Amino acid sequence: MQLTGAQALIKSLEMEGVEVIFGLPGGAILPVYDPILDSSIRHILVRHEQGAGHMAEGYAHVTGRPGVAMVTSGPGATNIVTPLADAMMDSVPIVVVTGQVATTAIGTDAFQEVPITGVTMDITKHNWLITDVDDIPRVVAEAFHVATTGRPGPVLVDLPKDISNATMEWYWPSSLDELDLPGYHPRTIGDPVDVRRAAEMILAAERPVLYAGGGILKARGAEALFALATRTGIPVVTTLMGRGTFPDSHPLCLGMPGMHGNYTAVTAMQKADLLIALGSRFDDRVTGKVSAFAPDAKVIHVDIDPAELGKVRRPDIAIVGDARIVIEQILEAVGALGLGAAGTAPAAGTPAATRPDLAPWLAQVRRWQEEFPLTYNQLEGGALKPQYVLEQLRDMSPDDTIVASGVGQHQMWASQYWRFDHPYTWVNSGGAGTMGFAVPAAIGAKVGRPDKTVWAVDGDGCFQMTAQELVTASAERIPVKIAILNNAYLGMVRQWQELFYAERYSEVYLSPDLPDYVKWAEAMGCVGLRVESAEEVAPAIEKANGIDDRPVVIDFRTDAFEKVYPMVPAGSSNDDIIVGPSEGEGGR
Amino acid sequence: MAGTGTVRHHIVSVLVENKAGVLARVASLFSRRGFNIYSLAVAPTDNEHLSRITIVVDVESAPLEQILRQLDKLINVVDIFELAPEDATEREMLLATVSASPADRGQVIGLVGVFEGKIVDVGQDRMTVMLAGSPSKIDDFENLIRPYGIVELQRTGRVALPKLARRAARLHSITGGAPDSAP
Repeated sequence: MQLTGAQALIKSLEMEGVEVIFGLPGGAILPVYDPILDSSIRHILVRHEQGAGHMAEGYAHVTGRPGVAMVTSGPGATNIVTPLADAMMDSVPIVVVTGQVATTAIGTDAFQEVPITGVTMDITKHNWLITDVDDIPRVVAEAFHVATTGRPGPVLVDLPKDISNATMEWYWPSSLDELDLPGYHPRTIGDPVDVRRAAEMILAAERPVLYAGGGILKARGAEALFALATRTGIPVVTTLMGRGTFPDSHPLCLGMPGMHGNYTAVTAMQKADLLIALGSRFDDRVTGKVSAFAPDAKVIHVDIDPAELGKVRRPDIAIVGDARIVIEQILEAVGALGLGAAGTAPAAGTPAATRPDLAPWLAQVRRWQEEFPLTYNQLEGGALKPQYVLEQLRDMSPDDTIVASGVGQHQMWASQYWRFDHPYTWVNSGGAGTMGFAVPAAIGAKVGRPDKTVWAVDGDGCFQMTAQELVTASAERIPVKIAILNNAYLGMVRQWQELFYAERYSEVYLSPDLPDYVKWAEAMGCVGLRVESAEEVAPAIEKANGIDDRPVVIDFRTDAFEKVYPMVPAGSSNDDIIVGPSEGEGGR
Repeated sequence: MAGTGTVRHHIVSVLVENKAGVLARVASLFSRRGFNIYSLAVAPTDNEHLSRITIVVDVESAPLEQILRQLDKLINVVDIFELAPEDATEREMLLATVSASPADRGQVIGLVGVFEGKIVDVGQDRMTVMLAGSPSKIDDFENLIRPYGIVELQRTGRVALPKLARRAARLHSITGGAPDSAP
């Protein structure tokens, strides 16, 4: 069967099981947009290429399948650079196809020519410039394989226009052996000797903590983690990327650690004698000052990326492997050492029988939780607190609601105050910290999981960066819901200027009503609502949750003075955590 | 890092796919991770699909293990050999154009002869000489020839292969085993 390169590309995407492409056409990618008309793949026309990239990410976050975006050359391609960097930092599998000028024009500064493989070399897991039409099916198969295996990540395929127009004899690689990836062999199974040593170390620990990261979600390992935590009785902290790996409602869940983590999660790690890091990477926002982080803890570090082991903290036991598989191996190994199911006594004479009692440690953890809970104060008739909005939103929405967020104060409050009891319900930009992520990511998530309620929790600063994608959502009938926590400021920057720059506010004021978010929402085909006081919160959310035929935007006018606590100042030890405002600022 | 405390340079021999842009990926990795390259040499191998990049790295700029593991993540990197200088056979080539007036010419030729180099070009009052050998030999020659006046000088950077039957044990760690257990 003879196909054009463009037809071969679309057919290859069909072979990979792609059900939706987020994209925007242009000159160099024009040939590929023609066979889309004849394809079963749904195309969602975005209003800016950055939106396509974040939608693909949102889709990948909630489905576990790679998100696909397609854009043209030059500015189309550079507009998707931010989502690629974002996906690289957070290990999100996305496949981006870019048009390119004809091979004969490459290097001549042709119209809309940008060397996008060079630009994105460092922010993709890998990228390809196709120079032979016969390579198209093989490269697409390689791209999906690389994006989704090992440590997942973004890939980019650059397709020159003359290659799209050329013809080839169709084929499809029937096995991995037909791919040309001689240097790519990710390891998924942990070394059994190290697994056994890890099991022994776990059973010898008096103050262990499971440090669960986003890698567990990528490995579909939440069930395995639940089994490990409940069987060993070890408390779990879930990182910003790992929220939902372990249910917040479970007594062993300590919530989020790090710069804005809760006191118990931060302090339990500081005081632990063993950290079991599973698909987490000792990010600086988690560790604070590295030399002062968890000083007494031994470390078991499990990651599929060998380069993460020892990058920040030298582990006592390093295990390369898929988080789910290695957790299951560890479960088997603790079983072999005599540890039975939760609630049963260990077999006599086994290492598990002499295991230290974790009760004093768990009691200590419980005391911290009671003494230092997350707090805020919603005064009657007072300014609307963002935490109050989030608690209402959480309590009035279905248990398995998907929450997407942007980056800043609202993101930290969302992570702190939402109750994540299910995996794949939290979509956010962790490593890159990409403002504007929420709206397009929520749209992509809703496309991937149309059966679920999807709320984007956004800041007013973030919303203004990518709000135009709500036009996409309206046009495509994707009923996402957006809660803007509108404090009229770039709030996190304002917080730092208040605390660390003597309240000298520099270029952070945005205005609460410029733009008018309700009118803007309505202009984009959404329902727009405004909430200015605590008593208006619940009725507005109830109304929004009842709308399922178009997007809804609620403009919550929140207290600009509210700050995110607890807080570990940048570069400080986690021992120096500040749990709340000082006496002087308490009244504001 | 065990065993590297006193050695400033290490040789990393990287087998890569012979495809467009691979050198750029390797060089860019060093730059973005803050690793310093001391010298770098690239050439095809006996397998037309593979090239070998020999990099001498400044191991004080980053733990060697981290450099190797990040390199190994590049999709086009097929294999990595890390060679401590004592485990490697290293060679480098030098080309130098030297001032050699009729009065000095004999001495320059003599020096080249002692080092088993070659005179590859001769001008009115200059000569271009070539020398291949171990890096330390090249260093010695460069120092001795300098007083005559070096007009231009180029060194290729090192190429290296493991000494026979003494391939570095640390190779295992690259592909994901337990890291060096330095206390």
